[in-house]
Amino acid sequence: MSIATMFEYGFMRTAFLAGGVVAVVAGAVGFFLVLRQLTFAGHALSHVGFAGATGAILVGISPLWGLLAFTLAAGAAMGLLGDRLRGRDVAVGIILSLSLGLGVLFLSFYTAHATQATAILFGNVLAVSPDTLWSLLGLSVLSLSALAAISRPLLFATLEPDLAEAKGVSLRLLSVLFLSIVAVAVAEASQIVGVLLVFALMVGPGAASLRLTSRIGRGVALSILLALLETWAGIALAYVTDWPTSFWIVSLGCLVYFLSALSPA
Amino acid sequence: MDAIAFDRVTLARAGRIVLTDVSAAIRPGEFIGVFGPNGAGKTTLLHAVLGLLQPVSGALRVFGATPMRGNDEAGYLPQTRTPSPDLRLRGRDFVASAFRGERFGLPRLGRDGRREVDWAIETVEAKALAYRVLRELSGGELQRLHLAQALLGKPKLLLLDEPLTGLDPHFQEAAVALVKRIQRSRGITVLFTAHELNPLLGAMDRVLYLGQGRAALGTVDEVITGEVLSRLYGARIEVLRGNGRILVASGRGPVESDVHRHDV
Repeated sequence: MSIATMFEYGFMRTAFLAGGVVAVVAGAVGFFLVLRQLTFAGHALSHVGFAGATGAILVGISPLWGLLAFTLAAGAAMGLLGDRLRGRDVAVGIILSLSLGLGVLFLSFYTAHATQATAILFGNVLAVSPDTLWSLLGLSVLSLSALAAISRPLLFATLEPDLAEAKGVSLRLLSVLFLSIVAVAVAEASQIVGVLLVFALMVGPGAASLRLTSRIGRGVALSILLALLETWAGIALAYVTDWPTSFWIVSLGCLVYFLSALSPA
Repeated sequence: MDAIAFDRVTLARAGRIVLTDVSAAIRPGEFIGVFGPNGAGKTTLLHAVLGLLQPVSGALRVFGATPMRGNDEAGYLPQTRTPSPDLRLRGRDFVASAFRGERFGLPRLGRDGRREVDWAIETVEAKALAYRVLRELSGGELQRLHLAQALLGKPKLLLLDEPLTGLDPHFQEAAVALVKRIQRSRGITVLFTAHELNPLLGAMDRVLYLGQGRAALGTVDEVITGEVLSRLYGARIEVLRGNGRILVASGRGPVESDVHRHDV
């Protein structure tokens, strides 16, 4: 298909808008996720979200809200537990397996929706409805505003936790707030690339930008820009090749990350 | 008015009494070296002065007032300072993150903030480090940036927790000399905790030695004696002097290197 005809289709326009709205959040939140060395928290939250999404289908509501409810609860719990989670890889891993297992159970009750399982796991940005687009836009505005509001103490607490605590910053409150924002970002990103591939969209751009710039402001801007480019180019390539969008977005994310790794220190 | 006044202060950490009934007065502009074995309460004492910890009993006054968390009068260099070793963030942005970092909102410095950050970097003689990235800096260079963060807000009191740990002797000497220059030029009070006496001998005005829940404050000659230290360690301690250096030894060997070995 020719790229010139791409925007003649309503679903393509919706996909570009949805992808753009989510990429901005993923890029901004992902930058801080990498800076805080919490990237696997993002990964874990997406797995927990699978049970939420499939549960939502079972009770007949949009998977997005089920995902959001589960990632938010898990994010807040991780923030509250904080350091006590360190070194508990086995416990965390088993809870993640449990949530994937629950997702499988919920799906088995509702076999008619097998295609939805693939959409949740691997994403389907071309199927985003205008209603979902509005929900994504609302969630993005909310999470970006919250991130902007806490970004100053978040940066301080990330780089200098002991000093920040001495200056009256509540590390636990910040951690809960930030992981709640991450939970929203993960739920949004799952709509684009699916719960299994969230890592590439959330972490790839932030990790690459931390290798390419030594400034905070520019780093956030570059991370957002990379996420946007990867998402839009991925959707366009999927349109041209008829291969899955998620494949292209994830591949571009990897390519950009490995190219950034080649940059001189 | 004293810079810091302890009036029969008892401090506890995690339910355990660390210091009992300590009375001491530190004058404005003094450089105090704080020593004592591990667990003697050096960090606990600094936390109390910062207002992070309330005394169990007694009265603690900092510049005549009860210390409050987040107080701009006290600059603090915490003991655990480990930014991710792989971080390609430039030094100036790292220092700047501590400028009013406790406030909500975007991390924008504004004109006053930029001036303050530049001033702090200049004061610690780190202008050349400001535009290099953290992962390229040595321990001593990183230390100077931490000190710059402690100076933001132009404190009247500097609380430095083990700033010499992990530094080579040459960098230790440079770090002490730098703190001394800042203390002199700005007339600020310094509490400097350390494991070894010798690097601080030329810089400190008085010694605060902690041990066995007690504290002794005085000049080096008053405090670093076999009698005083034996009481603080609860064991027989000998003090040997020579060549302008001091060796504190127990029956088993040098006390300080013992302490050091535990720490590593």
